[in-house]
Amino acid sequence: MYDFAYQKPSSLADAVKALSADPEAKALAGGMTLIPVLKQRLNKPTVVVDLAKLGLVGVSVSGNTVTISGMTTHGAVAGDAGLKGKIPSLTELASHIGDEAVRHRGTIGGSLANNDPAADYPAAALALGATIKTDRRSIKADDFFQGMFATALEQGELITAVEFPAPEKGAYEKFRNPASRYAIVGVYVAKTAGRVRVAVTGAGQNGVFRHTAMEQALSANFAPDAIAGIATPPDGMNSDIHASAEYRAHLVGVMAKRAVARAY
Amino acid sequence: MPFEGIGASVRRKEDARFLSGRGNYTDDINRPGQLHAFIRRSDRPHARINSIDTTAAAKAPGVVAVYTGADMAADNVGGLPCGWQIHNKDGSPMAEPPHPVIAVGKVRHVGDPVAVVIADTKQAAKDAAELIVIDYQDLPAAASLRDAVASGAALVHDDVPGNICYDWHIGDKAMIDAAFAGAAKVVKLDLTNNRLIPNAMEPRAAVGEFDGHSGDYTLYTTSQNPHVIRLLMGAFVLHIPENKLRVVAPDVGGGFGSKIYHYAEEAIVTWAAGKLRRPVKWTAERNESFMSDAHGRDHDSTAEMALDANGNFLALRISTLANMGGYLSTFAPCIPTYLYATLLAGVYKTPLIYCEVKAVFTNTVPVDAYRGAGRPEATFLLERLVDACAHDTGMDRVAIRRQNFIAADAFPYQTPVALQYDSGNYQATLDGCLKAADYAGFEGRRAAAAARGKLRGIGVSTYIEACGIAPSAVVGSLGARAGLYEVANIKVHPTGSVTVYTGTHSHGQGHETTLAQLVCEQLGVPIEQVDVVHGDTAKIPFGMGTYGSRSLAVGGTAMVKAMDKIIAKGKKIAAHLMEASVDDIEFKDNKFTVAGTDKVKSLTDISLAAYVPHNYPIDELEPGLDETAFYDPKNFTFPGGCHIAEVEIDRDTGIVEVVNFVAVDDVGRVINPMIVEGQVQGGVAQGIGQALLEHAVYDSSGQLLSGSMMDYTMPRADDLPNITVATETTLCTHNPLGVKGCGEVGAIGSPPAIINALVDALKAYGVRHIEMPATPQKLWSIIQGGAPRMAAE
Ligand SMILES: Cc1cc2nc3c(=O)[nH]c(=O)nc-3n(C[C@H](O)[C@H](O)[C@H](O)COP(=O)(O)OP(=O)(O)OC[C@H]3O[C@@H](n4cnc5c(N)ncnc54)[C@H](O)[C@@H]3O)c2cc1C
Repeated sequence: MYDFAYQKPSSLADAVKALSADPEAKALAGGMTLIPVLKQRLNKPTVVVDLAKLGLVGVSVSGNTVTISGMTTHGAVAGDAGLKGKIPSLTELASHIGDEAVRHRGTIGGSLANNDPAADYPAAALALGATIKTDRRSIKADDFFQGMFATALEQGELITAVEFPAPEKGAYEKFRNPASRYAIVGVYVAKTAGRVRVAVTGAGQNGVFRHTAMEQALSANFAPDAIAGIATPPDGMNSDIHASAEYRAHLVGVMAKRAVARAY
Repeated sequence: MPFEGIGASVRRKEDARFLSGRGNYTDDINRPGQLHAFIRRSDRPHARINSIDTTAAAKAPGVVAVYTGADMAADNVGGLPCGWQIHNKDGSPMAEPPHPVIAVGKVRHVGDPVAVVIADTKQAAKDAAELIVIDYQDLPAAASLRDAVASGAALVHDDVPGNICYDWHIGDKAMIDAAFAGAAKVVKLDLTNNRLIPNAMEPRAAVGEFDGHSGDYTLYTTSQNPHVIRLLMGAFVLHIPENKLRVVAPDVGGGFGSKIYHYAEEAIVTWAAGKLRRPVKWTAERNESFMSDAHGRDHDSTAEMALDANGNFLALRISTLANMGGYLSTFAPCIPTYLYATLLAGVYKTPLIYCEVKAVFTNTVPVDAYRGAGRPEATFLLERLVDACAHDTGMDRVAIRRQNFIAADAFPYQTPVALQYDSGNYQATLDGCLKAADYAGFEGRRAAAAARGKLRGIGVSTYIEACGIAPSAVVGSLGARAGLYEVANIKVHPTGSVTVYTGTHSHGQGHETTLAQLVCEQLGVPIEQVDVVHGDTAKIPFGMGTYGSRSLAVGGTAMVKAMDKIIAKGKKIAAHLMEASVDDIEFKDNKFTVAGTDKVKSLTDISLAAYVPHNYPIDELEPGLDETAFYDPKNFTFPGGCHIAEVEIDRDTGIVEVVNFVAVDDVGRVINPMIVEGQVQGGVAQGIGQALLEHAVYDSSGQLLSGSMMDYTMPRADDLPNITVATETTLCTHNPLGVKGCGEVGAIGSPPAIINALVDALKAYGVRHIEMPATPQKLWSIIQGGAPRMAAE
């Protein structure tokens, strides 16, 4: 990596200040994405601002809402009993991110801020209709994801927490990239009173998206058969050495049906 | 004393060191005043180098020197040599274009070294390397075998027409064509052997050092064969005589063939250490491993079998294109010839075999031996072709194999492709494997899987391989530029402990244990009193290293011969001490006895007398108990066996689960069953990796798309089934231990077992062959493409 300055502020305000003052500054959460990028010299920050001392850790349940602080690791989410009682499909999703080491460093805030088109959490946030809390505002998941690696976050804006309303039931089905084990296609289906949301990650060229045709069909009839006839067009799908656009489009249907069948 | 000799599953002596982080790997070695090298590599598949401007880099902080190919040429540094010369069909030698240590004039693959920066720290070297300005003129690339042999293809080497390194063959073409013309049935299959990237856990590294007082050079390197590196680098590249060059290969974290070869970085650090009079270190980053370690496999072949009306194999005709990459790696030319075509008889008595091989230069990383080297390619081709024969004739897959096997009483068996098998029993390994895999009960499991919506298949592979490549005179006549013997020096110390100095090298195989067990067996010394030393040209008399499962068959036999000398000398000393005739002395279980008496002397009594020769036959015998043997085998050894894989395919996604895998191998006498099991399991893991997961993919411009772990799929534990390993032994007839070798059988036998199982699972879809890796998408496409043909239809 290139040389950079390192700061570890102990207040959110100081962190935001440091990051806002300098467009070349970078926040560091679990480092599972940022550190490899730095090691490959694909990024040259002037200063790296470590968020580890901001105390943004923990999961709390209040009524039907679960709040996960921004620096909570995937491992902590996967193992949280309170969360598991409310949204078991979300703890299950977290338990399949990367490997054990990655889950003990990587954070929900880092994952959402990065918005990797093959990441898992964006599908959860979009399907569950989460609200992303930052140092300055609340952003609806529908407004947050803005295409591959792009989000609504402003320069220096930090994710402090993510609020998830608990659905009646939900499930996430992931077809893993055999090498990286990110999602080639991941589909999160969430059923709340009266309506269903379906979010697809890994497949689309613009990152996570909602599958409105499936949402309509499933809102009318929450059963795998209800979407059996819905073909996902391959245009706009990713294509790489692991999976063509056609294959991904097909997998969206398979994963969605399985998620509906398994929703719990 | 617990039994620690031949046949005991002794725990690996080396593991305490490895598992507690006390291994001493090349990157752990730091020498006083050491500098760090970073190599600026080509990001172009094929380009002319118009100019290289190193001015800014040379002035960067911490930089001591920047060198290019021109600097090495000015110092009269030679190119990287090739250790094997193949001759064309017409008798002329292969094309052997220069392989400069650092590119000169042109770059020929992504990863080709263009310049090296040497600085106080690796970071400084890396920073400065970015400041080197290279003016490239991009050239069209020959990125694949097919592209490289197409008419009008870009030439990787300007003076190698058609990119053909050699056009070689074995067998009598006219005779075989005639056999085909008269055959009742001809079965043909086109197939590819996918390109692999070895990815040893430890990346390559090298530290060069020069002693200004003595003028001696030392190279610490991640090598499977330090003496070979000393010979090649000393004699051909840097012109350093052997007495002035020490090569040390300390603990090495996996090789699988990729650390056999003499690599550019070894020469760079040694040469630079001499110029700068300071040690120079280089350690590969993982992305450099992907683009600079020799790759494996990469064949395109057409295979044809001629059969009579009863399903007997009459003749085999093969045409193969083998990828050499941009330059010839050390042993590249012999892999698709003498380690491939000569194995095409397999376990079958096919009387006539013809194989032609065109070795092709491409704008890719050089290709050389990788676990199994040539033999996996031969086995995949043959075992797929045999299944295709069964498919096309309607014969049973097991029956057609049995019928064509070389019979157990036919050994020694001369194949039509040069090799003479000394022993084997293919019916026995097949029977053992069918039983262990419950082959007979398979159709029930297929039906049960179908009820769960899964496509289940079973695949059989019966294979042979050749280990311990030898004898030297024969390989010499086939083009090897080295001998292939092995060396052991055994020192029995004054108080009876033993140090073995072996010319083989252990980089994960457990030789420090297995070889020590030979000493327990033959000299009766407890294993904790035996040390095995390897990997240092200053300590070991000589050696050819470890590859091709040769260490036990060749290196172990050298040890036996050295211990024979120890015992013979010990008997003379014992005869003197016990006042008996040498002919009456017997040695067993660490004790010398006089036949028919109760007189006894332990090995320690004898070694003490040998080193403190107060009462000693000094007129007839030198003091000391220290013997060396060089052993040049009479023949290869021929492990073989049967692998059976059972798979289930998910119809909707194409995802494969390997639900069962059984390997019944004949590896000759088993010294340590636990280590054999581990070696076979590791090999099978790599074979399953090749069959289902691993693929080095270049795009048509020559960029490596699978250049990191994000895209190159190494097999992980959860990709693998429990692997059942058993052995069914016939002894090698020409080495005293009866051993054959077990390092490669797993990787050789398994890929066709997996693909045969997949083809079986998908037979309702009319599929006859599936290329590796059989990815979910490939299988899904087959399921999409062919509507299932039901048996009733
Ligand atoms: C081997 C491996 C496998 C992986 N597999 C998966 C997988 O299967 N599925 C998956 O979804 N992910 C996977 N990941 C990614 C992993 O989940 C990362 O942890 C995650 O993408 C980033 O989280 P982080 O905490 O490590 O963020 P960092 O790497 O520290 O930061 C990532 C980016 O987010 C910014 N950032 C971090 N925190 C905040 C914040 N609170 N507010 C605003 N910006 C912030 C940083 O500035 C940086 O730009 C894998 C990673 C690895 C290394």
